[in-house]
Amino acid sequence: MSASPWALEVEDLSITFRTDRGTLRAVESVSFRVAPGRTLAIVGESGCGKSVTSLAVMGLLAPNASVGGTVRLAGQEMDEAARRAARGRDMAMIFQEPMTSLNPAFTAGDQVAEAIRTHEGVSPRAAMERAIALFERVRIPEAARRAQQYPHQLSGGMRQRVMIAMALACRPKLLIADEPTTALDVTVQAQILALLDELKRETGTAVVLITHDLGVVRDHAEEVLVMYAGRMAEQAPAARLFDRPEHPYTIGLLGAAPRLDEKRGRLASIPGTVPDLYRPPPGCRFAPRCPFSVAACDAGQPEFRLMEEAHRAACIRAPLEAVLAA
Amino acid sequence: MSALIEAKGLVRHFPIRDALGRAKGAVRAVDGVSLYVFRGEVLAVVGESGCGKSTLGRLLLRLIEPDAGTLEFEGEDLRALAPSALRKRRRKMQLIFQDPFGSLDPRMTVEAAIAEPLKLHGLHRGRERERVAELLSRVGLRPELARRWPHEFSGGQRQRIAIARALASEPELIIGDEPVSALDVSVQAQVVNLLGGLIKELGLTFILISHDLGVVRQVADRVAVMYLGKIVEEGAAEALFRNPRHPYTRALLAAVPGQGQKPAMLEGDIPSPVAPPSGCRFHTRCPFAQPYCREVEPSLEGLTHRAACHFQDSLPPAPPLREAGPDARLRHLQSFFDRETTP
Repeated sequence: MSASPWALEVEDLSITFRTDRGTLRAVESVSFRVAPGRTLAIVGESGCGKSVTSLAVMGLLAPNASVGGTVRLAGQEMDEAARRAARGRDMAMIFQEPMTSLNPAFTAGDQVAEAIRTHEGVSPRAAMERAIALFERVRIPEAARRAQQYPHQLSGGMRQRVMIAMALACRPKLLIADEPTTALDVTVQAQILALLDELKRETGTAVVLITHDLGVVRDHAEEVLVMYAGRMAEQAPAARLFDRPEHPYTIGLLGAAPRLDEKRGRLASIPGTVPDLYRPPPGCRFAPRCPFSVAACDAGQPEFRLMEEAHRAACIRAPLEAVLAA
Repeated sequence: MSALIEAKGLVRHFPIRDALGRAKGAVRAVDGVSLYVFRGEVLAVVGESGCGKSTLGRLLLRLIEPDAGTLEFEGEDLRALAPSALRKRRRKMQLIFQDPFGSLDPRMTVEAAIAEPLKLHGLHRGRERERVAELLSRVGLRPELARRWPHEFSGGQRQRIAIARALASEPELIIGDEPVSALDVSVQAQVVNLLGGLIKELGLTFILISHDLGVVRQVADRVAVMYLGKIVEEGAAEALFRNPRHPYTRALLAAVPGQGQKPAMLEGDIPSPVAPPSGCRFHTRCPFAQPYCREVEPSLEGLTHRAACHFQDSLPPAPPLREAGPDARLRHLQSFFDRETTP
């Protein structure tokens, strides 16, 4: 086995879709890496490319997508076919709506046992015993009884636990969780996120957490990548990003999220809407909505610059203090 | 001050039938709810899925009929109104939905959609077009957009159109059922600011139905928390957020992400509203439950800040909210975003 310190390395990923309307440049020049036992959150709003990025890593994109760049799993470069083959063995994925990922015609236990048998030559009976043990591990109450139930007989929270159990069945090096709690009630969301944290600590699995929720990022990620309109806007350790964001989009996004501890007259709202990715703006993609933009922002793509150790931002105006003082 | 709308003891059960059409139980969606809203006030009704908050909103507008209870609007018994009188009353009460894609007719231009309530109620006769233009600028859209079709707009713009349409009949009460839940955070902030401004400027009475406590904090004057068809706590927003009295409210607030990693406060799922637990409905998940809670159902106790918990006076103090706020630098930078804008 290679001794890479990274469970996952993605370099210069680009994704384009050929559609009836033309070529959609969904993701451009995205790079990130995750260490074992750590969580990288990819955060952004609809259309920023976060979900497409995770699907590309898993080799799950539709045939009209073309993917460029390099993906390495535990130091080993893998092309799309190799990544598809590694799914369910070295890497696993859980989605927002577990109902669509579970087969309604099979019991929850059968599906997890089947996943175990795909990778290990064990008897059906042994596989089911392991499935029930996994159900207990993800704290499904009355695990043996629940294993005999069909997906529609389980609550949303229970179904997500089944998905996590199935993901764990193969002891993956990498788990991608795409909005895993967005469809769940807030008290159930808290349980699922706490469970994912605990499993990550125990198994050393690297986690890529795709989310739109900055609160979830703050509590559950060590590293953060903020994406906007298919490009990287900012990347930093979570504590640093929340304390000292440099990219105007991150700053606006943090101000737009309502807070519990004070009623503010108005929220910081980012004017306008995200650009059309068939016809993206010529320069910085955030410039049309940015209160700090100047003519130079429209001239070309901003470089993803190092601001401080491990903290990068794609903004020619950063750090903004200097700009504002001038 | 008198209430604009007041409900007492509202009940609505939805029967569940077996394959032969025989009733085999009922979803007890709203199971004895009393509430009032003063003129010009923003009341938020919060709770998780299945708590009955959306059903309550529809009962208050008499879009569905209650099984029991009374309902008064401006002192008038809404339940006694004949259909024609009810239609007239409805002009004063509007509903905004979560889904801005489903709530607009795709075959109607924006102008036609907003002018429809004007024509229905005979308002601004002969100058409907000008009125539509006024309403569009009121919600931050350029009046030239009136001839466009719904599919040409983003989610946030469609929600602005839905708000303009709701305002067209000059209502006194608007009920928003998760009006910003389907929107991205940056766009959600635009619409929250817009609603807050309209409520203030037009003196609207607003009932916000939401699961999002952050949005509720920004908009509401008063909050009612629902659990399994009942209100479990009700009080001024400031008091309820700072000093939640019911264990469920505490758990809801503690579960909002962004407050640091900690073990989940509640175990298990919300029980089925078909067979709610005996006694206090929250006792199966409550970390403070006593045997007495299984037996006796608590009622809302208190004067202005009320909670339905037998032990509300002997609970340990509620843990403070632990969000890290923006520092001076970040506040300053964020202030550059806080401007009224026209998309």
